[in-house]
Amino acid sequence: MDWGGINPAVLVASLMTASVPIIFAAIGELVVEKSGVLNLGVEGMMIIGAICGFAVAVETGSPTLGFVGGAAGGAALSLIFALLTQVLMANQVATGLALTLFGLGLSSLIGQGYVGVKPPPTGRLDLGPLSDMPGLGTILFRHDVMVYLSVAAVAVVWAVLRYTRSGLVLRAVGENHDAAHALGYHVVRIRVLAILFGGAMAGLGGAYLSLIRVPQWTDGITAGAGWIALAIVVFASWRPWPVLLGAYLFGGITVLQLNLQAAGSRIPVQYLSMSPYLITILVLVIMSADRRRTAAAPASLGKTFHASR
Amino acid sequence: MDRRTLLAGAASGLALSLAGRAALAQAKDKVKVGFVYVGPIGDGGWTFQHNEGRLAVEKEFGDRVETVYQESVPEGSDAERVLTQMALGGCDIIFTTSFGYMDATNNVAAKFPNVKFEHCTGFKREHPNVSTYNARFYEGRAVCGTIAGMMTKSNKIGYIGSYPIPEVVMGINAAYIHAKKVNPDVTISVVWAYTWFDPAKEADAAKALIEQGVDVILAHTDSTAPLAEAAKTPGVIGFGQASDMAAYAPSPRVSSIIDNWAPYYVKRVGMLLDGTWQSTDAWEGIAGGEVKIGEITEAVPAEVKAKAMEVHDAIAAGTYHPFTGPLNKQDGSAWLAEGQTAPDSDLLGMNFYVEGIQGEIPK
Repeated sequence: MDWGGINPAVLVASLMTASVPIIFAAIGELVVEKSGVLNLGVEGMMIIGAICGFAVAVETGSPTLGFVGGAAGGAALSLIFALLTQVLMANQVATGLALTLFGLGLSSLIGQGYVGVKPPPTGRLDLGPLSDMPGLGTILFRHDVMVYLSVAAVAVVWAVLRYTRSGLVLRAVGENHDAAHALGYHVVRIRVLAILFGGAMAGLGGAYLSLIRVPQWTDGITAGAGWIALAIVVFASWRPWPVLLGAYLFGGITVLQLNLQAAGSRIPVQYLSMSPYLITILVLVIMSADRRRTAAAPASLGKTFHASR
Repeated sequence: MDRRTLLAGAASGLALSLAGRAALAQAKDKVKVGFVYVGPIGDGGWTFQHNEGRLAVEKEFGDRVETVYQESVPEGSDAERVLTQMALGGCDIIFTTSFGYMDATNNVAAKFPNVKFEHCTGFKREHPNVSTYNARFYEGRAVCGTIAGMMTKSNKIGYIGSYPIPEVVMGINAAYIHAKKVNPDVTISVVWAYTWFDPAKEADAAKALIEQGVDVILAHTDSTAPLAEAAKTPGVIGFGQASDMAAYAPSPRVSSIIDNWAPYYVKRVGMLLDGTWQSTDAWEGIAGGEVKIGEITEAVPAEVKAKAMEVHDAIAAGTYHPFTGPLNKQDGSAWLAEGQTAPDSDLLGMNFYVEGIQGEIPK
């Protein structure tokens, strides 16, 4: 492995930025799936978040409002999914796929007037002396606020699922909705809330892409990030911290392979290009295999709930 | 329709196709024109320009044409399905606007001998109803390379490649040769994105190059993301690719290579209407107007601009070919002797770097 001219601190800082959209989308989807709903519309919600966030930021001149708009856009789109799957009991897989197609088309329509427009810049947090520390300063203290928020989101989801009553209820609904219903929990209401949270998170991830990472609007800007997020939830066996790890692995190897190429590495490019996918899957599979529980998926995942049964 | 007429119709259709069609081109009153795009028309680059060409066709012929298009068609079997649908949908001519549609175009053309197919940037014309067309983008790269070589302070220029195909390798070589001419110390780093259009990935590639000390970025991908990334770092410049990308002027976008497809599209659809369409292989450049150099901004010093325009004007006048010897291949073996210019066949199959470029072309 030649580290020819690659600065590890800069690399780690880059991977943290590169992984943010996937972290948001994946942690949102994790909550949705924990409640027993499989929403394959992540890509669609992300891209709607990307364009709504972009449009709001451009119109108001405020990136902060842009992120709020992105979350709202993603949540609004997920509401369609919630209505179809929870109220009208449509098939979740088909609805999710349709949601992605719809999101891609709708974002393109909304985005017609925003092609080639520059969004207002989002500043980095100025942490003064912390940012100036060699090494650590670069890695930890020179990001925009969304990078910290993405890690915080993972921590909060982990804590809520593990230590709170509402987290327990959410998991119960996902494991056995009939039992949860028999205990008097509102299965549909809980699932709709989870779907909305997932939508808002996917929207935030999308807005990060269009406002900070790329920063511009182009059709198809998410380019499959939503599908990566979905895969990471599965390979992380529906656990929050492994989701973060999976996203960092994927983002990190993506950034690393590009840096290796730029530095003129001797490793063939094809191997470098496929490495993010391979290594992420491998590591997460090995981690999952380590546990004695084989079936980590919520038992009611993807099943339609009807109260009269 | 009852079964008998259906069978009779099928039989006569079969008989007709077996009889072999008389090669009589006929003028048409109205034609339907299809376009297959690899990215979205809002990409601000490659596909955007092809769509501008489509709009020019509509404007030119008005009621005599109907155009249809499909965006973001993956290169592969999906393309074949889309092409088949377009042909069944009554298109008289279909433009397939990406290298990766080459085989799909020829396969579908075999099934629809009455439909004309025009494939962009490819080299296979297996049937009389297939044409290929391309632009000499490397001429534009020569101009941008000249600017890059003179503008770089770190003596490192970066290039975001899409796929390792001849067209892209040609561009890398042309940029490097001309950067080196004006700056002997220049080195070029190439990052392969393995995509034509993925703004996030293109931004990451640009970022990686900048982290490696590159201060001029050329891109052979379709979005404006590399310029947006360059804008984040003061002192880094880049070029508009396929479209002018003037939103990023005067800096980081200091100039651009503009693909101008409109004249070609208008000409070919016109020929179809007149009944004079024939299978051809078109490859025009700056002189033919298919490649344009966007305005060189005030971020570039006057002498650099003058030098770049000198290259541009010489190419336009036909007095200079960007690949003029003496040039060696990367491994040091001779390619072009003193004063010799590269034959088109060498360029269209280009699978080697010229001498001085580090790194390997992925096989």
